[in-house]
Amino acid sequence: MDPQSLSRRSEYEWWIEPAGQMRVPGIIYAGEQLIQGMDEKVREQLAHVAGLPGIQRAAYAMPDAHWGYGFPIGGVAAFDPDEGGVISAGGVGFDISCGVRALRTTFRAGDLERRKAELAEALFESIPAGVGSTGAIALSESEMDGMLRGGAQWAVASGYGDAEDLERIEEGGCASGARPDCVSREAKKRQSREMGTLGSGNHYLEVQRVAEIFDPASAAAFGLQSDEIVISIHCGSRGLGHQVGTDYLKTMVIHGYRPIPDRELACAPIRSELGQQYLGAMRAATNCALANRQIITHLVRNACGEVFPDMKPTLLYDVSHNTCKIERHLVHGASRELFVHRKGATRSFGPNHPDLPRSLQSAGQPVLIGGTMGTESYILAGTGQSEQLAFSSACHGAGRAMSRTQATKRWQGRKLIEELRERGVLIRTRSYRGVAEEAPGAYKDVNVVVQTAEQAGLARRVARLVPLICVKG
Amino acid sequence: MTTPSDSAHWEHFSHGADVGIRGFGGSLEEAFEQAALALTAVVADVSTIAQAESVEVRCHAPDSELLLVSWLNAIIYEMAVRGMLFGGFRVVTAGDSLTGTLSGEKVDPERHELAVEAKGATVTELRVAQDQGGQWLAQCVIDV
Repeated sequence: MDPQSLSRRSEYEWWIEPAGQMRVPGIIYAGEQLIQGMDEKVREQLAHVAGLPGIQRAAYAMPDAHWGYGFPIGGVAAFDPDEGGVISAGGVGFDISCGVRALRTTFRAGDLERRKAELAEALFESIPAGVGSTGAIALSESEMDGMLRGGAQWAVASGYGDAEDLERIEEGGCASGARPDCVSREAKKRQSREMGTLGSGNHYLEVQRVAEIFDPASAAAFGLQSDEIVISIHCGSRGLGHQVGTDYLKTMVIHGYRPIPDRELACAPIRSELGQQYLGAMRAATNCALANRQIITHLVRNACGEVFPDMKPTLLYDVSHNTCKIERHLVHGASRELFVHRKGATRSFGPNHPDLPRSLQSAGQPVLIGGTMGTESYILAGTGQSEQLAFSSACHGAGRAMSRTQATKRWQGRKLIEELRERGVLIRTRSYRGVAEEAPGAYKDVNVVVQTAEQAGLARRVARLVPLICVKG
Repeated sequence: MTTPSDSAHWEHFSHGADVGIRGFGGSLEEAFEQAALALTAVVADVSTIAQAESVEVRCHAPDSELLLVSWLNAIIYEMAVRGMLFGGFRVVTAGDSLTGTLSGEKVDPERHELAVEAKGATVTELRVAQDQGGQWLAQCVIDV
């Protein structure tokens, strides 16, 4: 993207001034170098989102923004139903409630070393991953509906994990207002063999080491110490969420709000039958993702216990980065209830936010940023400032720098696994091609993205994590 | 399966984190069949898939572009619920509906050079068109 095509308001804030159909500006948080590397499509998509009815303040793009589906990935937009606001299936994404969960342990890297390969095998054997993999949990029709209503709360009540986990999940582990009756039979069938599975692509399960602490007070509040072991899970709502996205995208294209500049922006007024049906289905899919990450957590704990009986991973936090949530935000000085779309963006509530549990009030919400299997990931904390900047939102990952096709031409999975092993990272996978497509070099530098998020004021760095074991789908 | 025309082929194109697919053919049906092969090639190596079992799908849509999306999503659905990969496709259209035959086999991670699951076919870069020479194009982006 040409920086000259934008209006620079500060070092990290770039505006697309309202023009044509735009009701509000588009605002991109990034440094000049990230702007130059961004696809021109981000600008075009952000301007389109800024023209949707009921949008408030601005359409925002995070430092890791890239070309998405209607909305840019790394996009944030909030709509007021009182002003005709809309909800968009593309603004949430196909992998509804895809997110990252981090578990902390009191183990140090040295405690792991002798039995690291054993732990890698135990995790790989316990958590189904990759194309066509299936889970051991089969749900009856009524159990499926219970899961879709209850999310992680259902999972805990069914014996997967602990009640203490729930306060460390957004919305207490359950999206309220879920309507299993708005989820198609096909979506439920697609999920029937996929509970407790990781998926493929950029989804992963990683054992990581805390390599650097930036903010000791927040790290202490999160229970993180230097050199300790953290286990991170990146996955979403599996087949059910993908099918809900598929079903409602088509319905919104055919029966949704008009006029729209491009049908990939398909949406429906929040206060319409279709809008309410999608909201009900999307929340059910959100619960599917939360239940799925909760079940995987249970499987991880069992696998860790097989190798290290004393290792009891506790939940640090669980964030969803493909969502639409009802939240209260300030608009022109007044508190309003808005429907906040975050597509490839993480909620980042600052310290003392009323929706955070007491244990996180001092530090703010953990913002979990996935990197690559060969580089690093980050734990950030939300800032009070991000409320004013972007409805309390921050980035979600590194973002790809290169297509999957280019990556497979440049790297070989088997060779990459060997190189990473020499650097102390054990990869477990059933797909060499999948590893090549996910090569660390195919991604942008996550360090630059999180530094920018911090410098822009969206979140602040707490800890840097480096991978030791990675299970890839 | 009928013999493909000279123009029948497929390719992938870049889209940020995901994959664009393009099918070309002498007819709309053939372009749809080629797009389906391009979709399968996102997930696995097409040449490794035996055409042992057949599955029939039907879809409807108000225009040919949404029909392409519906067709590809029907294949994605069948792959997911049957745990299968498909390497052969036959399409027949009638007005706004399509009947497709998918031929393939159960997923075998040892043999199929698996890459990534397809989550859904999107309306991004969606295009179904015939050029002046009569060749058909069917393309869109697949979310993976």
